[in-house]
Amino acid sequence: MIIEIENLTKTYVLGDTEVRALDGVSMGIDDGEMVAITGPSGSGKSTLMHILGCLDAPDSGVYRLAGENVAGLSSDRLAEIRNLRIGFVFQTFNLLPRLSALENVELPLLYGRKHDAKEQAAEALKIVGLENRMHHEPNQLSGGQRQRVAVARAIVTNPAMILADEPTGNLDTRTGEEILALFHSLNEQGRTIVIVTHEAEVASQCRRSIHIRDGRIANV
Amino acid sequence: MYFMTLLKVAVYSLLSNKLRSFLAVLGIIIGVGAVIAMLGIAAGAKAQVLSTISAMGTELLIVRPAQRGSGGVMTGTQQNLTVEDAEAILKEIPEILQVSPAVQGRGQVKYFEKNSNISYVGASVTYFPIRAFEIEKGRVFTDTEEERLAHVAVLGPVTAETLMGEADPIGETIKLNGLNFQVIGVTKAKGDQGWFNPDDQVIIPCKTAMKHLLGVDYVREIDIQCRPGSDLMAVQDRVVSLIRKRHRTLPDMPDDIEIRNQAEILNTASQVTRTFTVLLGTVAGISLLVGGIGIMNIMLVTVTERTREIGVRKAIGAKDRDILRQFLFEATLMSGLGGLIGVGAGVGAAKAIGLLTSFQTVLSPQSMLMAMVFAASVGIFFGYYPARRAAKLNPIDALRYE
Repeated sequence: MIIEIENLTKTYVLGDTEVRALDGVSMGIDDGEMVAITGPSGSGKSTLMHILGCLDAPDSGVYRLAGENVAGLSSDRLAEIRNLRIGFVFQTFNLLPRLSALENVELPLLYGRKHDAKEQAAEALKIVGLENRMHHEPNQLSGGQRQRVAVARAIVTNPAMILADEPTGNLDTRTGEEILALFHSLNEQGRTIVIVTHEAEVASQCRRSIHIRDGRIANV
Repeated sequence: MYFMTLLKVAVYSLLSNKLRSFLAVLGIIIGVGAVIAMLGIAAGAKAQVLSTISAMGTELLIVRPAQRGSGGVMTGTQQNLTVEDAEAILKEIPEILQVSPAVQGRGQVKYFEKNSNISYVGASVTYFPIRAFEIEKGRVFTDTEEERLAHVAVLGPVTAETLMGEADPIGETIKLNGLNFQVIGVTKAKGDQGWFNPDDQVIIPCKTAMKHLLGVDYVREIDIQCRPGSDLMAVQDRVVSLIRKRHRTLPDMPDDIEIRNQAEILNTASQVTRTFTVLLGTVAGISLLVGGIGIMNIMLVTVTERTREIGVRKAIGAKDRDILRQFLFEATLMSGLGGLIGVGAGVGAAKAIGLLTSFQTVLSPQSMLMAMVFAASVGIFFGYYPARRAAKLNPIDALRYE
């Protein structure tokens, strides 16, 4: 199993009230799976995604990513794990303006102090079909192309898991389907993909979906 | 490669807000410019003072009668120094190379229809080397001429020009307070010293001045040149005790002479210029500090504006120190560029001040380098807080920031 979580809890304090965002979540995701995490807003879905993405730490419980327990690691070590093991795809693409597509894709490799960053970044852009747009800046690209660059940036370090947060949320239906198709083909090449979404249509395209409600898993 | 991306992002960030970046570094530009211009003025003043002092002569002691007075009221100077004192000093103290008694007066000098009110000095031949006068034309008077009370005169170049214009003054006869003097030489120009002009005076033999012009048997001062490398303070003490003995000053009486020591003058002057330098430098440094605050302010704005970018960078694996380095680099780049422009502005300002005012300015590469380094350090110092704030941002909050 690439992801193993046991009894995760996370509580936020908002003013006087305590919000139990996660209330004992346990689950596992196998290597090579394509999984959707769904749930209404306020269900704890985002919190779970943040913890899965090593952006946040749980209050208690165990989270093993590729065999390593990441709960309670230092922020530097978490940054390394995000860099090497996780590829993020965001709803709003989050490319850096004024850097070319190639430079955006290079960035994780530069932070990881990798050699041959340029070649690897070009390779990743080829996989998402943007080998002809490498030197364009984000504002010269369409929404779908921007999201492809973001996908290329996510896969360039060859991570254990691609974590996509509403990846089709800012795209029209057709472009959204293209991106989903891209995820499918990446999944067929053996990559593990976790998509966080509230769209049933997107979730239905994944082999398995995990539904969160009130901080707990509603189906298994 | 990592560095190139760092540089590119920093340059883009500066260029995307040109006016704002310029205003932010304006403080640094003014600060560095002020440091360089001010240090230039201070160095110029120092050079001027030092050249003035060395124009007085080197290894110089000037013996003058002590001022007479009681309870702080000066009632005049004593008339106790004699030519014989000067001769005794030279004979008794081996560290002394040469001495010259000197008297001084003001009078009217006349050459045909031209006349001028000037000061004249009566001195020995040795006065010229002691006071670092060189001869431009003609010669100085001889010992024999001095003994014979000859009426010969050496003119300052300004005096010579006032009286004779372009014509050769050597051999001409001038009238000093109604007495005829033959001009035998002209000194080389030393430049106006501010409080007096050594180029506008007449130098005549000491005894001639004493007997024929002033009618006195005492001298105004004895100029002493010590041998190179001798301890001026020690020689000064020996001169005082010798004169006390010669004047039969009782042990409980104060000295009846005072000695001005060139080393002391030099010391005082360099203390004054040092104070001047520190003062100007401090004022300029403060403006540099204010410039740093401007940079800090704009960096804080930049960090807030780019919160989302910081979140993205952290999500894809930037460590806190990567973010810190990036913003620190931007701040340093900004202040460094400001420093560079400031050096240009400062050099320009210093040159303009040197041309347009009576201040001399001396630009040293060290002061430029120092100002640059200081500017860059100001960038690092004031950039650190905003950069740290950026580095410490929580990635989730940063990603959600609108």
